Amino acid sequence: MREDILRILDENDQVDPATIATMLGATEDEVRATIAELEKSKAIVKYHALVNWEKVNDDLVQALIDVKVSPQRDVGFDQIAERIYRFPEVKSVYLMSGAYDLSVAVQGKSLKDVASFVATKLATLDHVLSTTTHFILRKYKEEGVILDDKAELKRLVVSP
Amino acid sequence: MTFDGSRYVSNAVKALPPSGIRKFFDLAAQMENVISLGVGEPDFITPWHIIESSFYSAERGHTSYTSNLGLLELRQAISDYLEAKHGVGYDPTNEVLVTTGVSEALDVAIRTLVSPGDEVIVIEPCYVSYKACVLLAGGTPVIVDTHVDNGFRVTAEDIASRLSDRTKAIVLSYPNNPTGAVMDCATLQRIAELAKERDLIVISDEIYSELTYEGTHTCIAALPGMRERTVLLNGFSKAYAMTGWRIGYACGNKHIIGGMMKIHQYTMLCAPIIAQKAAIEALRYGEEAKQRMVAEYDQRRRFIVERLNAIGLTCFEPTGAFYAFPSIAASGMTSEEFCNELLREQSVAVVPGNAFGACGEGFVRCSYAASLQEISEAVTRMERFLADHAR
Ligand SMILES: Cc1ncc(COP(=O)(O)O)c(C=O)c1O
Repeated sequence: MREDILRILDENDQVDPATIATMLGATEDEVRATIAELEKSKAIVKYHALVNWEKVNDDLVQALIDVKVSPQRDVGFDQIAERIYRFPEVKSVYLMSGAYDLSVAVQGKSLKDVASFVATKLATLDHVLSTTTHFILRKYKEEGVILDDKAELKRLVVSP
Repeated sequence: MTFDGSRYVSNAVKALPPSGIRKFFDLAAQMENVISLGVGEPDFITPWHIIESSFYSAERGHTSYTSNLGLLELRQAISDYLEAKHGVGYDPTNEVLVTTGVSEALDVAIRTLVSPGDEVIVIEPCYVSYKACVLLAGGTPVIVDTHVDNGFRVTAEDIASRLSDRTKAIVLSYPNNPTGAVMDCATLQRIAELAKERDLIVISDEIYSELTYEGTHTCIAALPGMRERTVLLNGFSKAYAMTGWRIGYACGNKHIIGGMMKIHQYTMLCAPIIAQKAAIEALRYGEEAKQRMVAEYDQRRRFIVERLNAIGLTCFEPTGAFYAFPSIAASGMTSEEFCNELLREQSVAVVPGNAFGACGEGFVRCSYAASLQEISEAVTRMERFLADHAR
């Protein structure tokens, strides 16, 4: 049931516990208790709307930055990762395998904004060896959702 | 003198009653912003890997006719699937025919089996084509009604009471469109015994077999002695959200399949290769996508049934297909009045139960192949509708 609930909420967090209970053939109390548990264990991190900012603000830019760092004794990458993810401009930080160490997504009001963040804040951190910045030109799909789905699908209104 | 085309239409076609759905469709099609629970097809689009794989083979030049029976690779995959899923395998070289949807398979099966004057048992409420196909083949459909008290299941006794010396076949369709009823194994066994005793063929339309939410589907062809006696029809439209590809199949005794192949080769030649390629991909790699869709239908099923019951449209629990079939007794209207008024006043489309046979009167078919939001809004509007008409 936990996974079913998560799947429903992942798709649409507006579905209320009573409806979920009906959909899964469970009681509302069970569903509420399970959700509470999932929230407590941070399996459910946050409820949020998936916003396509391009629709409201053309100037916003996002960049993916490949960051090479030198890991530190005892703490590995965790400490430097934390120094980076504490910046509110940073949307996500992943530790990667391969050619670089951290993948950092940064959002800014303009190209200059992001460039200056990288130059003054990120690249200058101790243990950061190098950065490569890739600006995102267009988002096609985000969190499993196709953003500009042109195809308006039309089934017949009534069919046998 | 003006040319009157109707004079040239054959008597058989003239006598064919128009589909009850058609009338209602014309009405609904004129309206804008209709929330529709009237649709008999999945609201999902075909899983992308199926589309991609089929188009890839088309791009590489697989655009030709195939064997009349269909690609051997597909027939083999169908046979393997039936063997694994239901324990009944078929020889892909002569016991499997790939068709342009179950629609074609049904028509060809009936034309192969029915001589003028033969009777065919049709169990209502049911999909609209059975009766029409029997009539077009010159046969006589003999209707057996089912009722909500028995969960819209037919019994062997119901069928036995309508048999005559001319009865040739029984058309069974579970999980059922429009009721969502499924068949239990014990009843099916008794029907199988009856078919053997009275030397009848069973045409079993199991297109919704994958959409079974409680228990498992029993394929009648898998029952002892029924493999030869059954023309098993199934397809890809519902389970894999592939209605537009027009692909299905029939399996059965080689002489019957051979007869069907004769008609098929003259009228259809073969099913489209692009759809056959898609079907191969669906059987090979479509299981996960199918299960995801089935899980979603199941959730919506529970939701719609509870909501309909809550607003006073009593609904027996459908455990197959994607239809709920509530009684509209609370409205005091006929099925057609209910659907017409609901459409006009609340812009919600559901299908009158009597479009699927006279005994469907007093019910409406609500498809839950629609998003949760649509279902929720539609039922809310139905509730308003009932309140407006409360006496
Ligand atoms: C019971 C039943 N049989 C057959 C069909 C037709 O299926 P196909 O798309 O394979 O022709 C339908 C479609 O609605 C159906 O509900």
